[in-house]
Amino acid sequence: MAEFQTIILYCSLFISLFFEVFLLITYLEVRSEIRRENEWLSRPRPEALNPAVTIVVPCFNEEKTVRATIESLLNLDYPKEKLSLVLVNDGSTDSTLEVLAQFKSNPQVKILDKTNGGKHTAVNLAIENVTSALVGCLDADSFVTASALRKIVPHFEDGSVMAVTSSIKVHEPKNILQYIQKTEYSWSIFLRRMLSSMGALYVTPGPFSIFRTRVFHELGGYREAHMTEDMEMAMRMQKNHYKIVNSHGAHVYTTTPDNIRGLVKQRARWTYGFLNNAFDYKGLFFNKNYGHFGMFIMPIATISIFSSLFMVINVVSGWVQRAIQIFNRYQVVGFNGKFSWPSFDWYFVNTGVLSLIIALAVALTLFILYLSIRLADGKFKFHRGILYYLFLYTFMVPLWLSKALFDTIFKRKVSWR
Amino acid sequence: MVDSKKYVVAFLITGLIFGTAIMASNMLAGKKVEDVRSIEDRVALDILSSETQFALLAETSCRDIGPGFLSKELGPLGEKLSYAENSTSFNEEDVDSLKRSYFLLEIKDYLLMKRLTEKCNIHPTFILYFYSSDEDQCEDCERMGYVLTALRDKYPDLRVYSFDYYYDLGAISTLTSIYKVKPELPALIINGKPYYGLKTVEELESQVPAIKLLKTATSTSATSTEENE
Repeated sequence: MAEFQTIILYCSLFISLFFEVFLLITYLEVRSEIRRENEWLSRPRPEALNPAVTIVVPCFNEEKTVRATIESLLNLDYPKEKLSLVLVNDGSTDSTLEVLAQFKSNPQVKILDKTNGGKHTAVNLAIENVTSALVGCLDADSFVTASALRKIVPHFEDGSVMAVTSSIKVHEPKNILQYIQKTEYSWSIFLRRMLSSMGALYVTPGPFSIFRTRVFHELGGYREAHMTEDMEMAMRMQKNHYKIVNSHGAHVYTTTPDNIRGLVKQRARWTYGFLNNAFDYKGLFFNKNYGHFGMFIMPIATISIFSSLFMVINVVSGWVQRAIQIFNRYQVVGFNGKFSWPSFDWYFVNTGVLSLIIALAVALTLFILYLSIRLADGKFKFHRGILYYLFLYTFMVPLWLSKALFDTIFKRKVSWR
Repeated sequence: MVDSKKYVVAFLITGLIFGTAIMASNMLAGKKVEDVRSIEDRVALDILSSETQFALLAETSCRDIGPGFLSKELGPLGEKLSYAENSTSFNEEDVDSLKRSYFLLEIKDYLLMKRLTEKCNIHPTFILYFYSSDEDQCEDCERMGYVLTALRDKYPDLRVYSFDYYYDLGAISTLTSIYKVKPELPALIINGKPYYGLKTVEELESQVPAIKLLKTATSTSATSTEENE
């Protein structure tokens, strides 16, 4: 049994390390492409080239944040006559509708009110009547930076691009949990940019993903999709060979959970959504026709859920064993025994194969984190979120992974909030 | 459509990292084994030196025996071996060979100590501790180990010789038959008397005359030091 566990542990580490190496190789391949993209997007463009864009804002009980969301959209650096907003109140029970009503005199804004049916129904209702070439979605707890749309639209000059995703950052982090998420989101920005170059994006996030309107006409609208409609849409597009790219310079800020319960619930929903949607699209797995997406990213993203869980459980069980040893020692000698600091003799440093590989994997993770923060913020600047992330994040992940697995196995229904 | 070259390169790099880690780990484990072996060599030399000095005792007096007569490195050597035994990074054969030498060195040190006791009429306290590294055969051995470490820390003059009861070594079998040690582990032999089962520091201090004596001697010397100050 112990040997089997060791084999699984080695395999998990090999897969994690392989993925990190693969990401770094991809980064080396695309870094000049990223530089060129930055230059290209910062060049002024003739206004005539800008297509009409409609942004849908689905709202359910978002009275606290929706005003700032709409104002950020109205402040977008984009021709007013080419930008329209459709605000959909999805049966809110708070004062969201009243907040929306304050914008009804704005010629760019259209307000729809419907009974509650879920985010996908709200967005679909709005999309039904969209006539612009591009349509996007912005969650009502997110805020775009003024240049976001200008960094996205030029990507559609490539006729094969069907959707463009943005770079999501944490809005005004206040506590440890939000600082951890700030670092985690930087990592995601890097990951999405690499996946974009591989043609393997598997989510078009709610915060400001822009599509060609015809995508919805051809593939249909959003589906309930295990409470992760943005993931299902991306997988459906991948299945139909619709190209999705990421614009890492298009920054969007989103409100993140400020307590562990909210965070676990949100992440468990994402993981649950991924697992179930991946199962629905299992035909894409190890299918050469879907390139890196089918052959590598989908399988490894699925495996990593199990391997991360396994690795963390292993680390925690090691700690539990150590705690039991300390307790046993305390039981028999109490504090009477001479207290001894951990020995600094190199002999007692763990130099086992596993420890060395973990140390190398951590070093590689730190390097990727450095690249991620540089890509997300333009330069690397140390902040406390990095420390929190390094020491706490790993031990938070099993909470939502196990919950998502439990919900999937026992077919428990998950909810948004 | 899929750039398989990239996968091959990533696989090779990952394999290289794994290979390097395996090689580095083996190399470092080898260095640690060398480290333990060199301590064993020093202990063996210490014993040889003590034996030679002891052989000369016929011509000299017990007063010539200094404080460094017995090797001080047996304790640290035991700690390092115990670490090696519980670590997966060491080669089992290496650990086994080191353990064998360690037990023999302990027995030699113990015999020397006994002869010294008889010849010079001194009363050092030493404990023969029989354990098993297999938890199924001795679930209290881990705790007993903590007690003995604490006891040795408290009384530096105390010598603890630990032996794996089930280890396949003739000298250990002879030792267990001399003292008629039953397989009720953990077992302690203190001044020839067996004590079975887990004992705390307090229990040993109150139940074992030799340890009680050590306790009294330590507290008397501490009091006289304070008075002199």
